[in-house]
Amino acid sequence: MRHGRWRFLAGALIPALALHVVLVLSPYAQAFYLSLTDWTGVAGEAHFVGAGNYARLGGDSLFLDAVRNNAVMLVVVPLVTIGIGLFLASMMHLGGRGGRRGIAGSGAYQIVYFFPQLLSLVVIAVLWGFVYNPNNGLLNGALRAAGLGGLARSWLASPSLALPAVMAVLIWSSVGFYVVLFSAAIDGIPRELFEAALIDGAGGWATFRKVTLPLVRQSVQVAFVYLGIAALDAFAVVQVMTVGPGGPDGATEVIGLSLYRNAFQYGKFGYASAMGVALFFATLTLAVLALRPGREERAVPA
Amino acid sequence: MTSLRERPVVAAPPEPARDRRRPGSVAGVHLAMLAWAVVTTLPLIWAVISSFKTDDEILNEPWSLPASPRFSNWTRAWTEANIGRYFLNSVLVVGGALLLTMLLGSLVAYALARYSFRGNRLIYYTFVAAMFFPVFLALVPLFFVVRQLGLLGTYQGLILVYAAYAVPFTVFFLHAFFRSLPGEVAEAAFIDGCSHGAVFFRVMLPMARPGLVAVGIFNFLGLWNQYLLPLVLNPDPDRYVLAQGLAALSVSQGYRSDWSGLFAGLTIAMLPVLIAYVAFQRHIRGGMTAGAVK
Repeated sequence: MRHGRWRFLAGALIPALALHVVLVLSPYAQAFYLSLTDWTGVAGEAHFVGAGNYARLGGDSLFLDAVRNNAVMLVVVPLVTIGIGLFLASMMHLGGRGGRRGIAGSGAYQIVYFFPQLLSLVVIAVLWGFVYNPNNGLLNGALRAAGLGGLARSWLASPSLALPAVMAVLIWSSVGFYVVLFSAAIDGIPRELFEAALIDGAGGWATFRKVTLPLVRQSVQVAFVYLGIAALDAFAVVQVMTVGPGGPDGATEVIGLSLYRNAFQYGKFGYASAMGVALFFATLTLAVLALRPGREERAVPA
Repeated sequence: MTSLRERPVVAAPPEPARDRRRPGSVAGVHLAMLAWAVVTTLPLIWAVISSFKTDDEILNEPWSLPASPRFSNWTRAWTEANIGRYFLNSVLVVGGALLLTMLLGSLVAYALARYSFRGNRLIYYTFVAAMFFPVFLALVPLFFVVRQLGLLGTYQGLILVYAAYAVPFTVFFLHAFFRSLPGEVAEAAFIDGCSHGAVFFRVMLPMARPGLVAVGIFNFLGLWNQYLLPLVLNPDPDRYVLAQGLAALSVSQGYRSDWSGLFAGLTIAMLPVLIAYVAFQRHIRGGMTAGAVK
């Protein structure tokens, strides 16, 4: 029996651990070391340069563009997505009979909204590349059809519109997921609370602020982390959809794209690794900041 | 939950107040819901319709329906633009990676959740910590590790890497699931003389089915939509996966002018996901949101 136990445990754990150590842990560990070298991919030709790569990052204007763009996305994409998601999810519940059972057809709406979440970001980027096409794209076509032809733009080619256009795609593709997530969270709120709010004469907005929002807070925090991570990435959409890619003139450059280009086009593997480390600390900071206050707060009522 | 929901409504008095609010706001709510539904579906429907049009129709009448549906766009995309090949590559790689991920992930999760031994926690955190690192950080060294192993541009290499990066979340998710299962059935099986492996495969794994389905759906979509890993590790155009092939087509000069072919390729790429969604939409939404919250 004991013998069989150890044999089973070894068989269950060792293959996965081997795969994990070789393909996941060791690359992560190597990245930190590589970021301190000037390695260009030739075996044995890596020189230790200390913080040199990190110092160069500060003077790399394209990388600074990338940091700025990712920072803008990090603020705008989660805020707008969560805003629309919460609005639609609470509308579904407050608009229905009985306070929160849901408006007629809300199930069908959720099915439709959720679909883009399933598509690969590449498919979404190719699709929206067509939508934004200045001559025969859907967006300009719709504007012209509505008599607003003056608003038609070459969306991805103009420096001031390209980044908003990219963010709109990220928001479009994720709203549905968060409608479903928030809707499930609202379903979990005890019905009595909504009824009490009704008895107290609270209107829709007051009910949302005083009842719904505090009770779905945890879901909103999770959403911030997930959307923040997606906003720090944005690689696939930018790489497939934008001119350059990353253009025009760095207007849609993101950290992941800089990293990819420096590593696999210029062969600056040490420098690219420093960008990876920077991205790692950005992600870590985001997760800690977004999840920390919630944990303290939850500890009090529980 | 159900008992709460079916409890008779106590709040009879506020009924008039509720009704006063209703007619206008309900219309407004429907309008808002409908607006987002249009925003969501219009680009998708437009792409599908465009895949049946001629290039001329696409360029000159972006809004019209095709005069006669051209299925030749689809066959051209499938064969000449290699979408068919990319599709089969995706099926092969994702199928292999999904099987490997589920096998390794459930074994590790079960072993860590149901057996206590020295180092158990350490192994668990070794896996779970990997979820908090961006893949971009590993990208450069990973490329060289895979190249050194002679696996660059091979199906096996891609399958192993996909699985390696999907296992941590699978372990994390299923660990909680295996912990919540009752132990009596397994004990009874042990008394009946089952080996450890048999208890896992014949007793525990079937009991964990809901969890396996949820995490399986989550993994399938994640792997099917992978782009960054194949972009770096799979440079051979003959072995491109679907996302990679579609991206390459959309930026290659030769296909820039073949609008109808690209729309057809795009539609082919969306179709299996749409069919799976229509068939299993409840499962898929449940599985994915559970995956995000856990």
